Amino acid sequence: MHSVVCIKQVPDSAQIRIHPVTNTIMRQGVPAIINPYDLFALEEALRLKDRFGGKVTVISMGPSQAEPALRKALAYGADDAILITDKSFAGADTLATSYVLAAAIRQIAREEPVDMVFTGKQTIDGDTAQVGPGVAKRLELQLLTYVSRIVSVDPDKREIVVERRAEGGVQVLRTALPCLITMLEGSNAMRFGTMPDLFRAALHPLRQWDRTAAGIEDVTKVGLKGSPTIVNKVFTPTPRATRAEMITVDGGSSQDLAAALIARMGTLFPQVEKELAKRAR
Amino acid sequence: MSEAVQTRKSRHKGELNPRLAAYKGVWVFIEHERGQAHSVSWELLGEGRKLADLLGVELAGVVLGAAGEETRRFCEEANRYGADQCYLMENEVLRDYRNDPFTKGLTELVNTYQPEILLLGATTQGRDLAGSVATTLQTGLTADCTALTIDPENRGLLATRPTFGGSLLCTIVTLNYRPQMATVRPRVMAMPERDVNRSGRIVEHPLALAEDDIITKVLEFIADDSRGKPQLPFAEVIVAGGRGLGKPENFQLIRDLAEVLAAEVGASRPVVQAGWVEPDRQVGQSGKTVRPKLYIAVGISGAIQHRVGMEGADCIIAINNDPNAPIFDFAHLGIVGDALTLLPVLTKAFRQKLATMKQTG
Amino acid sequence: MREMVQAGMPAQAGNSQTIQTEMTASADNAQAIQAAKLATAASAQKFDVIVVGAGPAGNAAAYTLAKAGLAVLQLERGEAPGSKNVQGAILYSDALERIIPDFRDSAPLERHIIEQRMWVLDDESYIGTTFRSNDFNKPPHNRYTIIRAKFDKWFSKKVREAGALVICEVTVKELLRSKQGKVIGVEVDREHGKIYAEVVILADGVNSTLARKAGFREELKPKDVALAVKEIHFLPRDVVESRFNIGKDEGVVIEMLGKITRGMMGTGFLYANKDSISIGVGCMLSDFMAQKTTPFELLERTKAHPAIKPLLQGGEMKEYSAHLIPEGGYHAIPQVYGDGWLIVGDSGMFVNAVHREGSNLAMTTGRMAAETVIELYAAKKAMTAGNLAAYKQRLNGSFVMDDMKKYKNLPDIFHTNKQFFTTYPELLNRSAYTMLMVDGEGKRAKENAIFNSFRERRTLFGMLGDAFKLWRAIR
Repeated sequence: MHSVVCIKQVPDSAQIRIHPVTNTIMRQGVPAIINPYDLFALEEALRLKDRFGGKVTVISMGPSQAEPALRKALAYGADDAILITDKSFAGADTLATSYVLAAAIRQIAREEPVDMVFTGKQTIDGDTAQVGPGVAKRLELQLLTYVSRIVSVDPDKREIVVERRAEGGVQVLRTALPCLITMLEGSNAMRFGTMPDLFRAALHPLRQWDRTAAGIEDVTKVGLKGSPTIVNKVFTPTPRATRAEMITVDGGSSQDLAAALIARMGTLFPQVEKELAKRAR
Repeated sequence: MSEAVQTRKSRHKGELNPRLAAYKGVWVFIEHERGQAHSVSWELLGEGRKLADLLGVELAGVVLGAAGEETRRFCEEANRYGADQCYLMENEVLRDYRNDPFTKGLTELVNTYQPEILLLGATTQGRDLAGSVATTLQTGLTADCTALTIDPENRGLLATRPTFGGSLLCTIVTLNYRPQMATVRPRVMAMPERDVNRSGRIVEHPLALAEDDIITKVLEFIADDSRGKPQLPFAEVIVAGGRGLGKPENFQLIRDLAEVLAAEVGASRPVVQAGWVEPDRQVGQSGKTVRPKLYIAVGISGAIQHRVGMEGADCIIAINNDPNAPIFDFAHLGIVGDALTLLPVLTKAFRQKLATMKQTG
Repeated sequence: MREMVQAGMPAQAGNSQTIQTEMTASADNAQAIQAAKLATAASAQKFDVIVVGAGPAGNAAAYTLAKAGLAVLQLERGEAPGSKNVQGAILYSDALERIIPDFRDSAPLERHIIEQRMWVLDDESYIGTTFRSNDFNKPPHNRYTIIRAKFDKWFSKKVREAGALVICEVTVKELLRSKQGKVIGVEVDREHGKIYAEVVILADGVNSTLARKAGFREELKPKDVALAVKEIHFLPRDVVESRFNIGKDEGVVIEMLGKITRGMMGTGFLYANKDSISIGVGCMLSDFMAQKTTPFELLERTKAHPAIKPLLQGGEMKEYSAHLIPEGGYHAIPQVYGDGWLIVGDSGMFVNAVHREGSNLAMTTGRMAAETVIELYAAKKAMTAGNLAAYKQRLNGSFVMDDMKKYKNLPDIFHTNKQFFTTYPELLNRSAYTMLMVDGEGKRAKENAIFNSFRERRTLFGMLGDAFKLWRAIR
């Protein structure tokens, strides 16, 4: 089984802060990590390799700084890693990104047929969940999103059965290989790479493809040029006209504070008080 | 999504390709599963109505499903919630949601009737469908929008959403592609009025697909057992805890207060990531959006990615020991103090207050 | 960069590259041989040397060994080299020059130090000395302020380029021993985690559980370590320069002691970096435990001191860290060599607290350990305790042990003589205040008042004793 896993290196958004005066993003010292959702995809691909043998290739579209993410993926147990990087990719939105990744996967398939493509549910810096579906569409692969469990795989019949999270329940779907799966978070636990994996990650040559090597012909489809959506402006939310009314009691105890809060809430928001009373019955 | 951060005025003023300028109308995809429409569809109709009125165009619902009364009823409901008309595509292959037939169906409708704006709910179904449709149509899609409006200069859709992990907001435009697509999370937009007397046209359009054409098969649907599970999106009273609580054990204080108020328990992203509570309890951009009557935020700083998940609450009370915490910028009432001492005291005070009200009530 | 040509694949017009690990970036033959050596060592999981830790000591050792062509594996438990390290931080050029002579060409250096201030603080004031010299501006510069996160990244890159295999996020659980008790490798916290080597160099820091588990060292005693906390505050470059009266690239170091440590034995520091200020304070762990003050509280008070607060004004705190610092001095140094092992850096308690020298001792001991191993390999001698004793001899014959011996009594003396951190700073400050106030009182009367205040607090006999103790300690 040859699985291709698409990953993205993202800033650890939990640590990004905004400068209170200049309103700029303070990215200094914010560590870059593999998009956490991608790890579930990678782990699932590695599990398929454990079961059926074969290979896991990890790819990422990004600047050269994204290398550590690919090495990390190797350290978890992936066999091969390719960074797809080119100046023309800058400014890409999800449509342009899926174009590049799909082209690269096609190129990989020319070297060695691909049975499965995995992506994470979404990225923590984009949050759109659009690239997986986009890649599937471009490669004409059946799309299975929010997969919580792979129930069974039949490599001979080229069939796969999965559980997919839907509103109010779980769909059990069967489809044909190759297909593209976006994994739901929490569906598995990332393994700890073995020492041989770590050695391989440190020594293995990382491949790097530019636009042409990735088999991309249409320049108008990549990067900023290939992005229908444009960020018009970035801003902090306008502060509300009035800040919160602060409850204070001079020299008061916590009991006094609590009482003051409840009283004020009742005065300003009688409907809220009514709602609480209703539930107390 | 583009990572360009500079403020940029829209270029290409009024340069929309004339073929695309012919695209008119605001569409809302009406999502349903197993006979139930998802309420986000109605919320989007409410928002869609505003956009359509600004543009002076019609608002339409889009329903894909198996032939029958149930499916038609969704069209009628769409009209009751404000649509002028509803496109209806009936085919047995559309009985259960599957990416392939729904993508083919929706793109065919779009290519035939050419709306300028297409909105979908940011649910598992909506996101699954939106990405495929946008890629097929080679158009722009903005996800998880918190606000939608029209640019008066060029009649384009202005879609606002959080960015940089939720620390800032950004406005995204799709200037030269149609339709402009956007997804919106449930509960972000308000539920519009339902006018039982309102009716509209139903426009039928066939889908030429047979079951044999579809590779993916639905083997089964296992409904969730929702008893005992958190029901945050529709909760009226929520008590939420954040990292300011310090230790996972302290989260019990949140549960105690929630119990007294018969409230749902919510949490900020950091404490969910740290494993203190189930992911279902996460409120915020990457969690649930809530619109309760009362939201008590304890030890939560109020970063944008949390804020967009709960700022629609009627009354927001914030407790935090940092007087500069952003949450005080948009909460209604606030106390600067130590959550660990205040919570038990507040719990007791509420218990007494409610007991008194019960007696006198 | 080699073209990747696959059998059966159409030739690419585009640029398909292979990013090799830095060690094989150059087509140099020697490096290719070493790369091959490493690949063999990795698959057999047997190296010439294993270095545990990627701080200054480990890097110095790994670099020196790799440069000599040995197959070196360096293991670091943090996410990246330096992620577990904290330092003031001052780089001592001499130590690094002896390892990487041209480090100035590429190392990220903040400012070269031209001015040193020593402050003795009371609550509202300080009395101090300053030494500043334009001579310090003459290259090659002797000391620089650095930011460890950047510096360690650079140093580790050099280590990789030199040809060592560096692997992070791996923790060494135990040393592997032969039946005779010789160290023959390490076991890490991963599957298939046994890796073998002729000699293991422990560079895993002040709290080396490895050294303790292996019985080379005792449990760390609170009286032998200090706990220090530090923050970095960011300010525009020109503000830093005008505030400290320095030009572009010039730096200032302020060492502080006195009431800021609330009667505990410890010191504070404040360093000027390019566009930030490092400020920190540390005290003996035993004193923290006895007094129940937290290091955080101490730092907050220090920052609030009226002489220090204005220096930080407008700055944005972007980094907060804490660490243990060896303070036990000469008497705390454990056995540093044995059958198949050596200890370098903080792991061996090589810190000269009086002069705030730790990183240079770390680099120097790391280098000396490496040189010892290289000599033994060249002479085809075994890594026995007897042969590795040459490391200790090297240390003894150098400033490392000289300095450690010189100050060996200081820790004990300061432990039991807290007046140096409380009474004297107070008295000195008060005296200066008194003398400088022009208030109608005669100078002679003032001098008498000062002398009496000293005598009252310490008694004549006490002061003589203090002077004697200090003299003994420094001699």
